[in-house]
Amino acid sequence: MIQSPEKRSEPALVQEGMITRFLRATEIDTRLLGMIGALVLIWVGFQIAGDLRNGNGVFLTPRNLWILLVQTASIAVMTTGMVMIIVMRHIDLSVGSLLAFVAVVMGYSQVYILGPWLGVGHPAIWILSVIIGLCTGALIGAFHGYLISYAGIPSFIVTLGGLIVWRGAAWAVIRGETVAPMDERFELMGGGPFYSSIGATATWIIGVLICVLILLGIRSGRSARNKFRFPQRPIWAEAFLVAMGFALTIGTVLLVNSYYFPPKLAADYAALHNIPIPEGGLLISRGLAIPVLIAAVVGLGMTFIATRTQFGRYIYAIGGNPEAAELAGVNTRKITLLMFTLMGVLAAVSACISSARLNAASNALGLFDELYVIAATVIGGTSLAGGVGTIYGAMLGALVMQSLQSGMTLLNFDSAFKDMAVGSVLVFAVWLDQIYRRRAN
Amino acid sequence: MSDHHHASSSATVTAFSAGRKPIVEMRDISIAFGGIKAVDHASLELYEGEVVGLLGHNGAGKSTLIKILSGAYQRDHGDIYIRGEKASIDNPRDAKRYGIETIYQTLALADNVDAAANLFLGRELKTKWGTLDDVAMEAATREVMGRLNPNFRRFKEPVKKLSGGQRQSVAIARAIHFNANILIMDEPTAALGPQETQQVSDLTLELKKQGIGIFLISHDIHDVFELSDRVAVMKNGRIVGTARVQDVTKDEVLGMIILGKCPPGAIPGPGALND
Repeated sequence: MIQSPEKRSEPALVQEGMITRFLRATEIDTRLLGMIGALVLIWVGFQIAGDLRNGNGVFLTPRNLWILLVQTASIAVMTTGMVMIIVMRHIDLSVGSLLAFVAVVMGYSQVYILGPWLGVGHPAIWILSVIIGLCTGALIGAFHGYLISYAGIPSFIVTLGGLIVWRGAAWAVIRGETVAPMDERFELMGGGPFYSSIGATATWIIGVLICVLILLGIRSGRSARNKFRFPQRPIWAEAFLVAMGFALTIGTVLLVNSYYFPPKLAADYAALHNIPIPEGGLLISRGLAIPVLIAAVVGLGMTFIATRTQFGRYIYAIGGNPEAAELAGVNTRKITLLMFTLMGVLAAVSACISSARLNAASNALGLFDELYVIAATVIGGTSLAGGVGTIYGAMLGALVMQSLQSGMTLLNFDSAFKDMAVGSVLVFAVWLDQIYRRRAN
Repeated sequence: MSDHHHASSSATVTAFSAGRKPIVEMRDISIAFGGIKAVDHASLELYEGEVVGLLGHNGAGKSTLIKILSGAYQRDHGDIYIRGEKASIDNPRDAKRYGIETIYQTLALADNVDAAANLFLGRELKTKWGTLDDVAMEAATREVMGRLNPNFRRFKEPVKKLSGGQRQSVAIARAIHFNANILIMDEPTAALGPQETQQVSDLTLELKKQGIGIFLISHDIHDVFELSDRVAVMKNGRIVGTARVQDVTKDEVLGMIILGKCPPGAIPGPGALND
């Protein structure tokens, strides 16, 4: 259809097949397609396996998928930072322990400091404890970053130390107790039973907003490229991308809106708000769960940082060639320090989600999370050699990992077997990726 | 200072040093790595619109000396003067502030990002929102690459997919795009074919005409003689001597490189062989 003369003159286009041309025009990452394909296979596979084994598969039900998203949120938030750490040729092994430490600091401050001081149930408690948590995470992350960038200790060692230290520190803060329950408003961040999702209307509003943003993004991209008379994507490719974005957004909205409160909970809610219960029961949509909303916002924000800001550009450049970045005038030490600080903040966000979901803070929270986060990041296409990785890929990787675990749980697999399967999938996924890369080069 | 563009080639060595102020003056520079003196009390000047060829064996200290000027290494001893003023160059950012740009032998490109990202690395253009202005950067890259390498089309690909010559032109584009007045070229043609080497030569002369001072480091003595006004020879970290190219023969310069023997046409340095 619409092809600028400059594009047509490229000889490579002449012999391309339909699919190659389609992928080039839409600029879709083929590895992203592969991952989505794998996810669909896993989902359908578990559905069929459930059908065969139990007579009715429950994997592809709104309820299960809604829970799956909630379960993925905490890990997904941390993968967004881990991608950039690994892209920069570093590693952070401490995120799970850091999560536990931040969680007990928040739990301790709620129960022993803020509660007695402001009175239990005071509306400021949750926000104060979140601020305390985020600051704690930022400080510890910055401390790690300082040791790595300015003291020159390898990140593997610093964060391996952190893995042990912060788990111990978490125990020390509360002497091994489990602090519970958390503040009522704080608990909403976990996606628990009652108000922790935003309902059908708000979900629709967000969905429509996202659709508008997609349109605006495509339009501003076109007008910017037009200004400099750069070749444009063909209109049909733009239309396809918009259609995919809309379908994904609206599909998600419909999905989370078709998971309703169970009848008893709905009846309680109706009694509380004086809503008459119609015949056939009251259907109240949950809508998007708050932790999923948090993860989505974090994912968007981190994608913005990675692709649109100088800081993100430096992270990738450092990963591609640290010496070149330094010679080009990038202050690599400062960037490293900032990145680990950001990772600390993200671990704190995950601490909020995890402790709110459990409605308790204990020093066992987030055990092995660092390994799940790294595994999800690597499954999501991040190269441990550095320089390559995407935020959306890593978040999808987290969803793949969680799908495997939850699917096997639904099929009543032994937890020992589950661990073996998840570990094997990690290795298998990286192997596939290696083959793909060798072919692509 | 106003007539420096028209300095005639018959100017004497004394006129060179007396009549004009050097834009770069490295005085008594030393650096040691683990007890090995990589650069040993080396002094070197560069004038506006001048190309100085820096010659020597592998390990003679030429790249190290030049990396001190570009901020990649911190000297142990000595001072650098830029246009007569003492300069403090502790890192590559400082050097760039003084208008010193470097094309490294290794090219020093971030392989995983595209040409525009490399060209503007460390000096990104931003929109009014403070975000990266990728479109403007691509436009500028197309413009400068259009001059250097008109056939270049692969603006969207990571530079690791480019050919040696294309990568070289990205590295050169980065050095000349920001109005350098001092340019360091470390083996700029090492990875290039004959045609691309010729392009680099033409470019060097073009930049020289614009009044840019250029340090050219090369193994290839023929290249250096063709492009340089003066040569400086290093051996074992020390300056053997400097000479205007018309005052010495290639064989004499080879003698400086291999034996450290200073011919009559050259000004001997601390590294010259005493006989």
